[in-house]
Amino acid sequence: MVNSSAMLPQAADYMRLLPEIVLTVFGMIVMVVDAAAEEKRIEKILGAIALLGSLAAVAATFVQAEYPGFAFWNMVQVDSFSVFFHLLVVGVTMVVILTSFEYMRVQQIRAGEYYALILFGAVGMSLMSSAVELVLVFIALEISSISTYVLAGFRRRAAISSESSVKYFLLGSFATAFFLYGVALMFGATGSTNISTIGDVLRSGQIPLLAYAGVALMFVGLGFKVAAAPFHVWTPDVYEGAPSPVVGFMSTAPKAAAFAVLLRVMFEAHAPGRIGLIWAVAALSMTIGNLGALVQNNIKRLLAYSSIAHAGYLLVAYVALPNNGIPAAMFYAASYAAMNMGAFAVISHFGGAGERYVTLEDYSGLGRRSPLLAATLTIFLLSLIGIPITGGFFAKFYVFSAALQANLVGLVIIGVLNSAVGAYYYLRIIVVMYMREPQREVPVARIPMGLGAALAISLAATIYFGVLPGRVLEYASRTAMAWAR
Amino acid sequence: MTTSLDSVILTLVTFIPLAGALLLLIMPRRDRETRWLALGISVAAFLASLHLPVHLVRGQAGFQFEINRLWISNPNIHYHMGVDGISVWLVVLTTFLTPLCVLISWKSIHDRVKEFFIILLVLETALIGVFTALDLFLFYFFWEATLIPMALLIGMYGHGRKVYAALKFFLYTMIASAFMLAGILWLYAKTGTFDFVSIQAAIHGGQVEGFATAAPWLFLGFFIAFAVKVPLFPFHTWLPDAHVEAPTAGSVLLAGVLLKMGTYGMLRFNLGLFPEQSRSNAWWVMILALIGIIYGALVAMVQPNLKKLIAYSSISHLGFVVLGIFSFTQAGLDGATFVMLAHGVSTGALFMLAGILYERRHTYEIAEFGGLAAPMPVYATFFMFIMLASVGLPLLNGFIGEFLVLSGTFRDRAIYGVLGATGVIWSACYLLWMYQRVFFGKVTHEVNLTLPDLDGRERAALWPTAIVALVMGVAPLVWLNAIDPAVQAVLSPFTQLAAKVVGW
Repeated sequence: MVNSSAMLPQAADYMRLLPEIVLTVFGMIVMVVDAAAEEKRIEKILGAIALLGSLAAVAATFVQAEYPGFAFWNMVQVDSFSVFFHLLVVGVTMVVILTSFEYMRVQQIRAGEYYALILFGAVGMSLMSSAVELVLVFIALEISSISTYVLAGFRRRAAISSESSVKYFLLGSFATAFFLYGVALMFGATGSTNISTIGDVLRSGQIPLLAYAGVALMFVGLGFKVAAAPFHVWTPDVYEGAPSPVVGFMSTAPKAAAFAVLLRVMFEAHAPGRIGLIWAVAALSMTIGNLGALVQNNIKRLLAYSSIAHAGYLLVAYVALPNNGIPAAMFYAASYAAMNMGAFAVISHFGGAGERYVTLEDYSGLGRRSPLLAATLTIFLLSLIGIPITGGFFAKFYVFSAALQANLVGLVIIGVLNSAVGAYYYLRIIVVMYMREPQREVPVARIPMGLGAALAISLAATIYFGVLPGRVLEYASRTAMAWAR
Repeated sequence: MTTSLDSVILTLVTFIPLAGALLLLIMPRRDRETRWLALGISVAAFLASLHLPVHLVRGQAGFQFEINRLWISNPNIHYHMGVDGISVWLVVLTTFLTPLCVLISWKSIHDRVKEFFIILLVLETALIGVFTALDLFLFYFFWEATLIPMALLIGMYGHGRKVYAALKFFLYTMIASAFMLAGILWLYAKTGTFDFVSIQAAIHGGQVEGFATAAPWLFLGFFIAFAVKVPLFPFHTWLPDAHVEAPTAGSVLLAGVLLKMGTYGMLRFNLGLFPEQSRSNAWWVMILALIGIIYGALVAMVQPNLKKLIAYSSISHLGFVVLGIFSFTQAGLDGATFVMLAHGVSTGALFMLAGILYERRHTYEIAEFGGLAAPMPVYATFFMFIMLASVGLPLLNGFIGEFLVLSGTFRDRAIYGVLGATGVIWSACYLLWMYQRVFFGKVTHEVNLTLPDLDGRERAALWPTAIVALVMGVAPLVWLNAIDPAVQAVLSPFTQLAAKVVGW
């Protein structure tokens, strides 16, 4: 109980929330400038402000890291875990903004609140990783979710985008309600909504039946957010309709944040019934995701199913022991963010006005028409397969070896078989790009600077995770050590 | 030379082609300059690689030119490279064939030229890495890394059903190597290291927990990955497809080097890590090898397609290599290594010759030719020379290796030796018959009368192979006295295991 006696928050409390504050301020500035400025040519400036905001948030995260500890009456905890996910979320935000410059211009979308919503979404996601009070987690989850609901509908001219937004909103609201219900039951079972207190109670004595129900319901809510089967049905439709940069965003940052919450709930709060529950969901997600992706012809739907599969691989780490499972999950979240964000950056560029070119056939001959873009996408796809010296390889490696150390041979076999199936549909894209001649004329624009920067960042991260994974993993391992009290 | 060079030479040789590929990547798209630059880079890599055999301490077993640095601490992966008297020649074989591939692709590749040479150079780096890596993880990485460029070469620059062939090649080898990866991870879980030398020491010292029960499966896991690559009967079906559809340079590297990855892997890893299992499984491996020798030869005989004929002849020749390896005799392994090199040179040359013909006529059908000796005398002479080397004419390179393999096999199991020896006859049959149909007799197709003979570039690509084929046949000791101690080191556990079988 660090600050419970003080009635007013201390200065350090604000430092521990600095990235969120910075993001909020910049989001507000975007809104105000948008309202005050003349109609035309303002998008670039708004985007620049947002980009500046995300850069400032990166800096703020490093400042925040200097103040480890609790803030705001034990509701927020800054530790290496939260810093890790802050950097991840803010990094993805930056890449999304860079990708969006061109996308907004090509799609002729009046940007205005778009950039503000991305920043506000990032506030929620960042907060999810540092909140240790379930009620605050819920609020953060809502902040992040509501922004993404709106962002999914930004292609206003396309009916499919509105459908995507409404679907996401309705189902998502359901899911968050489940989560809240779970929190309530947990409170009933343990008398607290503080994660570490819950952990103490659950560790000390008999586990009440209610706690199992609470964990299951919370897992339903979070399982929806990470698109784990059987809570995945929304994913392909929403991904297909939403703007491509937004899909890149919501398949990585909010997912990573939800995985962070899940880590705290499962490991720090010592959730009962963890192993059986997640074992089944992980196996199901991997299988459904990979089998579903095999028959897709729309590249966004294909990657939607692939993201279900990857949620499954990631959940394998949650069944493992904390010492290896936590760092493995964190590493996976980070490298998946890098490669998937990169892939969607390519897709958003290549889609053209109105996202017309999103089928596999449209990608035929891309290797000839745009060698650089094709090569970049190939590297992201190889990473998604899990070929060595890409982040995807070590991500899978750590997850599976963590599971092996927990003697989960069955789950690892399911996972490895699934990876083999997965290789096929990613390869199909590569084959189409390099070995098929184009069937119709598909224009490819030059790569603008913003997108180039976004691709360079994603590519550098993907390769870095694949060549020198040691440092990232070592940093992630600190969390496991801190929690293994 | 200085010792400092010795410690970095392997890194240099391995990564010169990759650096060259990156250089090509940022160069403007100009086909002529790209070709010359690719040639320069590959020749530079070859010259650098010559440092290895020149400065290799002959008569010394164990790895030389070693470099061992920590790469990643968790998992415990080291950047550990080194060569012995066996792998050193495979490295040189790779760097020797690549410039020839550049030359032979000079004109035949005219679309996406820049990409072609980038892929070729990346492939070269991966191939050299396979032969130099001494860390199992590093080895696995290079092993997988060869797949993508090779599949791209076939799929982008091949002809006919190229996409089918590329995918078949990729999936076959990738699925097979997943078994090897499982084995590697098991070894890592038990020993905490990927280092080949340490794992080998731990296994031979009996310090690996649960090894006795797992070893048969580990042997199989590694063996399947290698057997598909060789390819050993019945895993060979990807090979004819891949070869026929591949561009010439792809075929040269595929037959010349990629197949040797499989036999090298057997020699290094199956024999090195699982000597007992290798010994007890040898009988059926040798039977598969014999089937490969005879079946490959018989199928080659009836091929109407020149390139397919050479492809099946590869299956037959690689059978000799496997036969020699699993004979566990000094002569057998010496011979197996020598066949790997000889086959690389002569079959590489045969594929180049077939490619030259394809450039002129756009077909590989033997029936389309006949009487070519008249319009193309120089070409016919080269073809004759290389073909005789491949048949195993004494004083050319094919003879030495096959002779050693067969004499080793006789020592081990006489009947296998007898059956294997028929393979020599078969290869004479199908190659000579093919030669007769293509070059002798009357010119049956008008168009063949006007075919131009070899030009300077093509001769430049062929002369080196002819010279090397001759030198290897006349002075095999240059190669063998480096191979010999390395083979002895590989065999030392077997001498302890079964001293009565190994005769000397």
